[in-house]
Amino acid sequence: MSKNRIQLMLCGGTGCHSTGSKKFEKALQQELEAKGLAEEIKIVETGCNGFCAVGPVMLVQPEGIFYQKLKVEDVPYLVEEHFLKGRPVKKFFFVEQKNKATIPHMNDIPFFSNQVYRAMRNKGVIDPEVIDEYIAREGYFGAAKALNEMTPEQVVEQIKISQLRGRGGAGFPTGMKWAFAAASPGEEKYVLCNADEGDPGAFMDRSILESDPHAVLEGMIIAARAINARQGYIYCRTEYQLAIRRLDIAIRQAKEYGLLGENILGSGFSFNIDIYQGAGAFVCGEETALMRSIEGKRGMPRPRPPFPAHKGLWDKPTILNNVETLANIPQIIIKGGAWYASIGTEKSKGTKVFALSGDVNNIGLVEVPMGLPIRKLIYDIGGGIPGGKKFKAVQLGGPSGGCIPEHKLDTPIDYEEITKVGAIMGSGGAIVMDENTCMVDMARFFMDFIQDESCGKCTPCREGTRRMLELLEKICHGEGQDGDIQSLEALAEVIGQSALCGLGQTAANPVLSTLRFFREEYETHIKEKVCPAKRCVALLKFEVNPEMCKKCGLCFKACPSEAIAWKKKEVAVIDKSKCVKCMSCFDKCKFDAIF
Amino acid sequence: MSILTRPSHPDITDAMWDKIDEIIDANKDIAGSVIGVLRMSQDAVGYLPVELIDYIAEGMNLPASQVYGVATFYALFSLKPKGRNIIKACTGTACYVKGIKEILSHITNKHGIKEGETTADRRFSLEGVRCLGACGLAPVMIVSENIHGNLKPDEVVGILENYK
Repeated sequence: MSKNRIQLMLCGGTGCHSTGSKKFEKALQQELEAKGLAEEIKIVETGCNGFCAVGPVMLVQPEGIFYQKLKVEDVPYLVEEHFLKGRPVKKFFFVEQKNKATIPHMNDIPFFSNQVYRAMRNKGVIDPEVIDEYIAREGYFGAAKALNEMTPEQVVEQIKISQLRGRGGAGFPTGMKWAFAAASPGEEKYVLCNADEGDPGAFMDRSILESDPHAVLEGMIIAARAINARQGYIYCRTEYQLAIRRLDIAIRQAKEYGLLGENILGSGFSFNIDIYQGAGAFVCGEETALMRSIEGKRGMPRPRPPFPAHKGLWDKPTILNNVETLANIPQIIIKGGAWYASIGTEKSKGTKVFALSGDVNNIGLVEVPMGLPIRKLIYDIGGGIPGGKKFKAVQLGGPSGGCIPEHKLDTPIDYEEITKVGAIMGSGGAIVMDENTCMVDMARFFMDFIQDESCGKCTPCREGTRRMLELLEKICHGEGQDGDIQSLEALAEVIGQSALCGLGQTAANPVLSTLRFFREEYETHIKEKVCPAKRCVALLKFEVNPEMCKKCGLCFKACPSEAIAWKKKEVAVIDKSKCVKCMSCFDKCKFDAIF
Repeated sequence: MSILTRPSHPDITDAMWDKIDEIIDANKDIAGSVIGVLRMSQDAVGYLPVELIDYIAEGMNLPASQVYGVATFYALFSLKPKGRNIIKACTGTACYVKGIKEILSHITNKHGIKEGETTADRRFSLEGVRCLGACGLAPVMIVSENIHGNLKPDEVVGILENYK
């Protein structure tokens, strides 16, 4: 292997791919070759770095310089300045929104410095398509230890001591799940990895699979050892093509190295993993539905018990763990359960990965210790709300979760504490909303999603969510009546108590949580027929307030249907017969003059 | 070799039928493989005509009702033909908060199609899809495999002009 003076860790996650990292990589490689630097400087395409908002991003090692928003046309200048003359280029440094300070080193950027890496410890550090790089970072040491030095009981014991809980959202203790399946009689057992990441606004699992696929494979091998399974499946969303490709490479390499397949590491233990591509059904994230789907059927849940630990895939004992849960396993085996449990709160140990998005400055993937107040997640790591707008709520837990308002932001990240404020930990989607978000419309959005994804098997979910959606649509269209809120609450209670699976039982949460903290917004919609956030199109008049209009003409330029008449120094006028209610003028007007 | 009779269908060529036979032969003995078979067949033909679903059912030795049930359950499968350019607009929460609704209404105004519809000339199909997980680029749409992020409502029509 040749020695490199500098390694350029260029992010190759989906986010950076779509902002042009591939083109940048090609141009950079050509320039390095042209300048005779290709021998000394090596480009490494890593998995998702996490800081998707400022992509494409690149870390220069060993200096630790972090570059953002790189473009092909900047390549010659960058190579000349930094790699020939040794002067890091300020132009591509991270700029803090608050005081406009530039920060050259990755570890000094608050987005990174406030994080604790466990599940994502290899992100941006290794090339996910090279198994040697994973092994060099203690990769497969955990599997080797579990197979050669530990009994299955000892493996389960360490996971129990770690107090690791399911990171898919429900938070069931992983050690207990494994113990049930281990105790289940049967020759044939299965280990499944749930990579059917379906919550809107969540991309934790995709990023882990893209940046560190071997960690998930190793977690599955250890799980297989614990329950004595021979076969594993990774159930992955078909949309995640890059993750699937990298998993495929990882499985092939692990087999070549004798880390998967027959007689792993000479231990006499055999285990295989196959990838199964989902076909786009949210409900398949539910464990019994996922198993039905692998069996080639409609992915509908079934009542439990029997639990999958006794009767799962093909009616055999099965454990299903989420990607992030499995990525934590190898380190727990190497360092011990007590090490893992050393950070966190009383009942929530370790770290949690969040996908931070929406109206927040630093969009991306972050891993934080349990117990961190949500406020720190949004303001210190997330860098606050852009455009000087006010924070309104943060949505946790996707369609099963809820919105947390300003006055509850000091709630610590902890399964029980988050449940107390009406949301759930969920799989890790954290969508920040500013003052321009209408909470009734948000509730309608989630109900529309649930209603669309309801599998139709049980009546409360199939019919109940449809009725709730109709009520919410009525309210958003200005047709709300007295008693609608009470009807929503009554339906929510019935669905919560009687639906078959977790998806249905929690379907009403987004409505209940917005009713709890933003009830007056519902009332304003119903009684005054006004949407305070100006998002519900039917409640807008599409007129210009002459007192507030600054006559700037921005709305006139933005209108796609020539419905706005405007001349210099004159108030704009909207011709409603031509207006298509596209909201372009609302978005462009800086003075709130359109209502 | 397949012994099934191929129904005639205007959208399925002989080469496609050969490919479908290959897919069925490789999978018919694997339990639970029907979803993969449907996916690969749809990749080959572009969509799943009912005649094709019947054919797959027979080849896989499964009841046609079961295969039809699977094909209509999952969002990935389409029983209707699609446009040359498929616009997949992300309707995840982050994209919603960042204004995908306005993007969609611009497309609808310009091309006269709503979510789930195809233009009469089969130039565009518009789909609202589940979260693409590219929330850092919200609002996002994918047009024929190209990702367009940080969309502005007034730009979207111009972007689509590049797809014929």
